[in-house]
Amino acid sequence: MELITPDVGTLFWMLLVFLTVLFILTKYAWKPTLKAIQNRSQTIEDALKSAEKAKEEMEKLQASNEKILAEARVERDKLLKEARSMKDKIISDAKEIAGQEAKGIMEAAKVTINNEKIAAISEIRDQVANLSLQIAEKVLRQNLENDKNQKDLIDNLMNDMKLN
Amino acid sequence: MNFRCRRVFLSIIIFLITSLVVGTVAFSSEPENKNHSENPAEKKAFNAGEFMFDHIKDAYEWHILSWKGHHVSIPLPVIVYSKTSGLNIFISSKFHHGHESYKSFKIEKEGKYKGKVVEEMEGGAVVRPFDISITKNITSLFIGVAIMLWLFLGIAKTYRKNPNKAPKGVQAFLEPLILFVRDDIAKPAIGEDKYEKYLPYLLTVFFFIWINNMLGLIPIFPGGANLTGNIAITLVLALLTFIITTVSGTKDYWVHIINMPGVPLLLKFPIPLLPFIEIMGVFLKPFVLMIRLFANITAGHLIILGFISLIFIFGNMSPIGGYGISILSIGFSIFMMFIELLVAFIQAYVFTLLSAMYFGMALEKAHH
Repeated sequence: MELITPDVGTLFWMLLVFLTVLFILTKYAWKPTLKAIQNRSQTIEDALKSAEKAKEEMEKLQASNEKILAEARVERDKLLKEARSMKDKIISDAKEIAGQEAKGIMEAAKVTINNEKIAAISEIRDQVANLSLQIAEKVLRQNLENDKNQKDLIDNLMNDMKLN
Repeated sequence: MNFRCRRVFLSIIIFLITSLVVGTVAFSSEPENKNHSENPAEKKAFNAGEFMFDHIKDAYEWHILSWKGHHVSIPLPVIVYSKTSGLNIFISSKFHHGHESYKSFKIEKEGKYKGKVVEEMEGGAVVRPFDISITKNITSLFIGVAIMLWLFLGIAKTYRKNPNKAPKGVQAFLEPLILFVRDDIAKPAIGEDKYEKYLPYLLTVFFFIWINNMLGLIPIFPGGANLTGNIAITLVLALLTFIITTVSGTKDYWVHIINMPGVPLLLKFPIPLLPFIEIMGVFLKPFVLMIRLFANITAGHLIILGFISLIFIFGNMSPIGGYGISILSIGFSIFMMFIELLVAFIQAYVFTLLSAMYFGMALEKAHH
C-alpha cells in the first residue's frame, strides 16, 4: 500500500524541482537550442537554394558561352569562305587580265609578223625578179650565141604553147 | 557521427553492465553479513519480499553496502515540521539506521507509518509530522535534474557559441533526440502550427523520465533510486499534463466532452451516459499516464531484484545452490537490464507522446 500512496514530501519536492527545471530549461536551454536548430536548418536551406541558383547561373553562363563560341565559329567560317572566294576572284581576275594582255601582245606580234612577212615577201619577190632577169639575160646571152639554139628555143616555146 | 553515437551508447551499456555486476556483489554481501552482525545463533531467514521492497522504496539514507556488520550509507537530511516542536532539520545518521530515536523523532518499524519518520507524543501515540526530508528519491531527483541542467545548458551554450555548425560530441548525441521529440512527437500529435508552445514541456518531460529511468537502472550510487517508479513523481508529471490539457482546451474540446455532436440523443438524455464516460476519460487519461510509468519502472526493478533474491533463497538452502543459481540469475538480470534500457526509453517516449496527443486533442477544432 505504501508503494501506491504518494508521499507529501516527495510531491512537494518534485513539484518544486520539476517546475524550476522546466522554467530554467525552457528559458536557457530549449528556446536557444530550438532557435539555433531552426536557424541552422534555415541557413542550410538558404545555402542549398543559393547553390542551386549558382548552378543554374553557371549553366546559363555555359550555354551562353557555347552560343558565343558557335557564333564565333560561324563568323570564322564565313570569313574563311569570303577570303577563299576573294582569293579565287583575284586569281581569276588576274588570269583574265593576263590572258587579255597576252592576247593583245600576240595580236600585235601577229600584225608585226605579218607586216614583216609581207615586206619580206615583196623584197624576196623583187630580188627573185631581179635575179630572174639577170639569169634570163645571162641564159639568153649564152643560148642565143648560135642560130640553132635560137631555133630550138623557139620550138620549145612553141611546143609548150601547143600543150597549153 | 553515427559511429560516435554508437560508441557513446555502447559505453553507457558497458557502464550499466559493470555497475550491475558490482552492484550484485554489493547486494550479495548484505544478507550473509546481517547474520554475522546479529546474533549468529538465531539465523534470520532471507525474506525476498522485504528485500525487494526495501530496494524500491524511498529511504532516509542512501544505503551503499553492508560490510562485516557495518552499514555503509550516505546519511541524508531530514526536514520535518511538527505542530509541537516546529521545524526540525537534522541528518538521518542520528537515527543510526533506524535503531535509535532522535529528539522525539524515530523511524517507525511497524504499522501504518512503517519506514517513515514519526514523532512520539507524550501519551505514547505516534504522529506523522509534515515531512519534506531530502530522501533517497529526492537526492536522486536532484542528481537527475543536475545532469539535465548540465547537459542542456551545456549544449545551449555550444549552440550559442558556434551557430550554424555541425553538432559535435554531446550535442551530436542529444540533437537527434531533441529533433525526435520535435518532429516525431510534438509536430504530428499537436500540429505544425501550435506545437511550439508545448515543446519545452514535452522535451523536459521526455528527458526527465528517460534520464531518471536510466539512473534508476544503475545499481550503485548515484543511481539505483526508484525515482520514476515512485507514484508521487509520476503523479506530478501526470498532473502537469492534465493541467496543461485542461487549460489549453478549446470550446470544441469541451463541447465534445459534454455534448458530443453526431451521436444519438439517447446516449446523452435522459441518462448522460456519454458525457459521463467522456468526463471520466478526462481524469482517466492522466491517471493512466501516472500508473503506466510507475508500474513499468517498478515492475522492471522488481524483476531484477527477484532474480537476485533467488541467489539468496538458494544460498540459504546450500552455498552450492546459491553459486549455481547465481550464474542463471546474473544472466537473466543482464538480459532484463537490456530490456529495461529499452523500457526506459519507451516509457519516456510513451509518456511524452500521450501527453502531446492529449494536448493535440484539447486543441483540435471541430472537423465536421
